[in-house]
Amino acid sequence: MYAIIVGGGKVGANVGRALLRMGHEVSIVEARPSRFATLESEFEHMARYGDGTEIFVLEAAGMARADVCIAVTGDDEDNIVIGQVARDHFGVENVVARVNDPRNQEHFDLLGVAPTVCATESILSLIEHEVPQHSLVHLFSLRRENLDIMEIGVVAESRADGATVDGLPMPRGTLVISVLRNRVGRVADPGTTLAAGDQVVVIAEPGQESALMEIFARE
Amino acid sequence: MFVVVVGCGRVGAQVARALVDDGHDVNVIDQNAEALQRLGSDFPGEFVQGVALETTVLEAAGIERADAFVAATNGDNTNVVIAQVARDRYQVECVIVRVLDPARARFYEERGLVTVCPTRTAIDRMAGALRDFAATAGEGA
Repeated sequence: MYAIIVGGGKVGANVGRALLRMGHEVSIVEARPSRFATLESEFEHMARYGDGTEIFVLEAAGMARADVCIAVTGDDEDNIVIGQVARDHFGVENVVARVNDPRNQEHFDLLGVAPTVCATESILSLIEHEVPQHSLVHLFSLRRENLDIMEIGVVAESRADGATVDGLPMPRGTLVISVLRNRVGRVADPGTTLAAGDQVVVIAEPGQESALMEIFARE
Repeated sequence: MFVVVVGCGRVGAQVARALVDDGHDVNVIDQNAEALQRLGSDFPGEFVQGVALETTVLEAAGIERADAFVAATNGDNTNVVIAQVARDRYQVECVIVRVLDPARARFYEERGLVTVCPTRTAIDRMAGALRDFAATAGEGA
């Protein structure tokens, strides 16, 4: 697989290293001269100097034959343009973009640049996972697949408290995939009996939150 | 009509002034508060200081009721992103975007944006003037 990474900061360089270890072909495009020099000493000819939002720079990097374009600069407007140019000008099938400011997520969504990764959002969902303020926490969104993975605490006296996994009145388009009890997670078994304090991980189509809360969180 | 202009540099400020002189309502956005001076003390529209990628800033400038939108910051990528946001999210009827890089200007023009590319204009004018000179001066020049 040939991957072009635009933006050779910590994220871009580490993604590059990981892909190389997996045996893939990689180019890293970097616009800052001093950062480029550092990258070149490590990645040699795989580091390319230039503004990755310029079409000729991407062309020289071989974007037309790339399987993946990874837009991870520190500027969201740049990552959006890189994503649009890679997909619509060069026909790259897989585009992954970094969202630096979570307030810009809606622009990526509106302009069809997906999937995206946002460090702030990831950290917030980790905090929610570790220190839940709500009994339902979104762990991960598969935007393109239209699926959410979320964690829900089983509240005492709810319909789920004391029920078996296969006895739960789960709405269509939802599935319990694991149960976490006393910090040990297990893949959900149909016969597992749930108890208050358990955390269940559910995969669901969007918009099922309130139906799930009815089962797990309402006393 | 009501127009929102983003970027109050030489271009944005003069476009805003020209529209006001024609009797239109114009609000201006720039991230730098000092840019307001370019509009002159008698500018009747509102000036909003902020980053135009933020929808709260666009909305404070009245984008939801805008008939036209001009993206003229000094960042090509900012301009093409906010122009698409104006068109696709706020359904602004007329969106005009300044793009300095001719290749990117052509790409976004193909995607339906009305782009103005000063670099392309300069290239055409300069090359045209030189061609005119070469034609009148004959083969010796």
